[in-house]
Amino acid sequence: MNPAAAGHALPAANAADVATLRGVDYSVGGKPVFTGLDISIRRGDVTAIMGPSGTGKTTLLRLITGQLRPDAGTVIVDGQDVAGLDSSGLYVLRRKIGMLFQNGALLTDLDVFENVAFPLREHARLPERLVRNIVLTKLHAVGLRGAAGLMPQELSGGMARRVALARAIVMDPQILLYDEPFAGLDPISMGVVLRLIRSLNEALGISSIVVTHDVREVSQIADASYILSDGRVVASGTPEQLREHGSPVVQQFMEGLADGPVRFHYPAPDYRKQLLDRSEVA
Amino acid sequence: MKALVGDLASSLMEFLERLGAMTRFAGAVVAQSPAALLRPRLVVEQVYNTGALSLVIIMTCGLFVGMVLGLQGYELLQRFGSEESLGVGAALSLLKELGPVVTALLFAGRAGTALASELGLMRATDQLSAMEVMAVDPMRRVVVPRFLGGVISMPLLTAVFIAVALYGVQLVGVQFLGVDQGQFWSQMRGAVEFEDVREGLVKGFTFGVACSLIAVFEGYNAQPTAEGVGRATTRTVVISAVVTLVLDYILTAIML
Repeated sequence: MNPAAAGHALPAANAADVATLRGVDYSVGGKPVFTGLDISIRRGDVTAIMGPSGTGKTTLLRLITGQLRPDAGTVIVDGQDVAGLDSSGLYVLRRKIGMLFQNGALLTDLDVFENVAFPLREHARLPERLVRNIVLTKLHAVGLRGAAGLMPQELSGGMARRVALARAIVMDPQILLYDEPFAGLDPISMGVVLRLIRSLNEALGISSIVVTHDVREVSQIADASYILSDGRVVASGTPEQLREHGSPVVQQFMEGLADGPVRFHYPAPDYRKQLLDRSEVA
Repeated sequence: MKALVGDLASSLMEFLERLGAMTRFAGAVVAQSPAALLRPRLVVEQVYNTGALSLVIIMTCGLFVGMVLGLQGYELLQRFGSEESLGVGAALSLLKELGPVVTALLFAGRAGTALASELGLMRATDQLSAMEVMAVDPMRRVVVPRFLGGVISMPLLTAVFIAVALYGVQLVGVQFLGVDQGQFWSQMRGAVEFEDVREGLVKGFTFGVACSLIAVFEGYNAQPTAEGVGRATTRTVVISAVVTLVLDYILTAIML
């Protein structure tokens, strides 16, 4: 859908950016998640979105895919204002997007082959032989061609993540979103996924957005990084620039310090008083 | 007293909100049903899941319901010396009431809970979100075929239940208790009319629509947690049972 034809006035967005968030406010149940969030994702880059747990990193991805709508501000993806699209326009836009979910989100009633073939079967009427070849090519790219006949419940966490990655790239998307791709992986699987993200980005000429809190790992492959805290961007730049950033929040996050501006303890009454207080005991 | 009224008012509001949500959901399901029928393979799969996989429980329960009906009916009719009418009484009660109602309750317990928990788990494990991101409408791809599968299965299961139950009545009445076989079948054939069969099938279809809709609605809108899926499954059984009995009264009143 042509956004201009649909009558949506788009704010100025850099043509070099594949996704732009401008002044985005978003809240859940009255509690603000983002306030005036500004992020630009450059075309062709691997961009890392980092931040402590609960800062809305996954919510950010859902705003980009149009599964959530911002309370205020604009989310522009591939030149289109996501909030201004109707459901059919959104579905057209989403065909350009692939997403790797944190748990893989494989369809549990389909085997590995059919999971990867799923978007092809839904969107393209291709001869079965071509579907087979495309699926095997994508599975080969993630090293799991031999697992085509397995069911999702027979896969390890790392394998499931790689099958989901094959599914995410099967339609040759322009943008690939990764939601915590390293969570719960052993070091070998983590290294494999890490290399895949970088190599797929270069081989397919796509733009990747990696949401994670694994600072060290993602710093090896990211061209640019954003750190979110308290609903806004507290720092951005290359991994080197972030390491030398003066902000205590950024330093705490980059160094993995337990306490700092981001408190380890959830707000609570005085520890000593609470232990001695007998009124709470029934 | 004030608190009680407040609680009642908020419960009523919650009920109305849920009713409104279900009505909107039903509208969306019905609107997408013709498109889903263009992919019959998905619907046939669900007819197998909701219908064929329920056959064992439907046939087993049908047999025992029929056998109990045979015992009770014989005992009652014997008091008036009209035990040959056992076939008529059993056939009419099965066709008009017991068949559709018991099948619907069993359907809610077997297929309804399976549908609700499957959809709830798909929600909890992001499978439905993944479909949305893959530009596949989960309503059209997942919900509607399951709904249609249930709607098609229910009248068929009702027919199977009634047939097996009648065999159970015959087994007890004719084979065990000695009712005359000729009288049993000929009286049944003479008294049962097409309207009685139609009433059973209309009820079976209506209960199928209601139970399937409740199951897919509860599953699709389940909270994405273990507790949420459990609650959706429980609600499916409870609401389906209540709605089936209420609808049964309404339909009976209309068709009498």
